[in-house]
Amino acid sequence: MPAISPLTPIRASDHTAGTHGTALTARNLSVFFGQHQVLKRVSLDIAARAVTAIIGPSGCGKSTFLRALNRMHELTPEARMEGDIRLFGEDIYARHVEPVVVRRRVGMVFQKSNPFPTMSIAENVTVGLRLNGLRDKTTLTERTEQSLRMAALWDEVKDRLHAPAISLSGGQQQRLCIARALAVQPEVLLMDEPASALDPLATSHIEELILELKRNFSIVIVTHNMQQAARISDFTAFFYLGELVEFGPTNKVFMNPEKRQTEDYVTGRFG
Amino acid sequence: MTVSNHHWRRFKNGFMQTLTCACAMLVVTPLVLVFYHLLHEGFTSLNWAFFTQLPKAVGETGGGMANAIAGTFILLGQAALVGVPVGVLGGVFLSEYGSSRLNWAIRFAADTLNGVPSITWGIVVYALVVVPMHGPSALAGGIVLGMMMIPLVMRTTEEVLQLVPTGYREAALALGIAKWKMIVRIVVRTALKGIVTGALLALARVAGETAPLLFTAFGNLGWAHSLKEPIAAMPLLIFNYAISPYDDWHRQAWAGAFVLLMLVLAINVGVRFLTRDRYRRNS
Ligand SMILES: Nc1ncnc2c1ncn2[C@@H]1O[C@H](COP(=O)(O)OP(=O)(O)OP(=O)(O)O)[C@@H](O)[C@H]1O
Ligand SMILES: [Mg+2]
Repeated sequence: MPAISPLTPIRASDHTAGTHGTALTARNLSVFFGQHQVLKRVSLDIAARAVTAIIGPSGCGKSTFLRALNRMHELTPEARMEGDIRLFGEDIYARHVEPVVVRRRVGMVFQKSNPFPTMSIAENVTVGLRLNGLRDKTTLTERTEQSLRMAALWDEVKDRLHAPAISLSGGQQQRLCIARALAVQPEVLLMDEPASALDPLATSHIEELILELKRNFSIVIVTHNMQQAARISDFTAFFYLGELVEFGPTNKVFMNPEKRQTEDYVTGRFG
Repeated sequence: MTVSNHHWRRFKNGFMQTLTCACAMLVVTPLVLVFYHLLHEGFTSLNWAFFTQLPKAVGETGGGMANAIAGTFILLGQAALVGVPVGVLGGVFLSEYGSSRLNWAIRFAADTLNGVPSITWGIVVYALVVVPMHGPSALAGGIVLGMMMIPLVMRTTEEVLQLVPTGYREAALALGIAKWKMIVRIVVRTALKGIVTGALLALARVAGETAPLLFTAFGNLGWAHSLKEPIAAMPLLIFNYAISPYDDWHRQAWAGAFVLLMLVLAINVGVRFLTRDRYRRNS
């Protein structure tokens, strides 16, 4: 059984982790941009092989939290981080750990689909492998098909693998980006509003895909769509002004939240 | 609102339109005139000997510019070898590494260098290369043109790299790709056409330079047998012929100017060809 679905009753013991243990643990995580503190001592467990949704009003630090989980925030020169993040128990900020290694294990999909315009569909899928030194043709071909199948895109593109990636539709491009992230075989997949630029049909494609992917990957998804969070996530974290206000199994957060702010937000009564 | 007011405004509008149009035409006129004149004088002076023979001795008619044509290509080749790699790498540094303060200083230096009179470059290379080598040489000529290309190529490279969306960089880094690989294989690759365009335009820009070659490449009435010898170049020979008292040399100067213009034009057409579908893709 993969983690808890929003429809099953909640047990107290499920409160902090899924049935497969914990993939990522954040403890007292604070992030600053210069003088401005954007995240305030956030502690959160990301369940393995489950979907965790991050919700909250614009500017509350959802993307910042996500980017701290694979050290992407380090690309911003003025960003500074405090606290502790562990990936299956390992400190990803330990001195000997390189960010590139963390990012291979914790992949990321962005809001705006961004396949590389100079590359074909197949080249986009394998780019992470090729630029990390994998040369073997058969492995690359295998991974291409495998990743595209996992991203539910194989049937649509199998006859045009060498066509330019930008010839795909918006929804297909986003699934291509998911395939590209999956090809390097990450353990965790971070998705920052992956469907917010897509039409309803393409969005439901992505949602089905996420439900499929959680069998093998731990997924963290930022979304502004409450229905989407309720449909696909097992756990929900509500952020407000850089603080983690509430965190728990999705149906508890949505049906029976502990905090007034959470209730106002998920019911749309938020200012 | 009175009628005369209305007329006055219409007059002002018409006057401004005419004035701006006249100024715009002023830009086109010299090009048309130069082109017409070169075509007329230069093209009719062209013949096979011009491309195949060496210059004749003073006063004799006939001969050609074979050595100067070859010399210009050799100088431009050397210039590209110096200017393109340094300029491109410098542009990559400005766009992808560096701090805002350091970059400001480098940009300021590059923009200033772009405005430095070209003869100054000649003097610098004279001091740095010609004096230590005890004489002018093809090498010195190539170096001076290459040095002039560096700030040009650097700034255009930086500009086209900045046009590459940050999303591509982040996507690549999020795959665990090392930064330098991301830069070379994703960012530079995406902007490659723009970089090549910038390099070609810089090459076209220095192709006709005369002043910096005066005491570096120096000119040569025959063939240069190595890069350590002075070498002929079209702009230099055109200059010498044009100020001479001989009609036949004037004729050849026209022909040389025509060929040089065609070379620059060919580079520009090549650039247009490269950039023709630049805006077709991209989301
Ligand atoms: N590179 C940066 N430099 C300075 N401040 C930043 C930077 N990135 C984000 N911030 C600030 O951090 C805060 C949180 O931003 P973040 O992008 O994490 O919000 P978010 O919850 O993802 O919002 P949204 O829902 O609009 O995407 C904002 O106040 C923002 O202005
Ligand atoms: Mg965000």
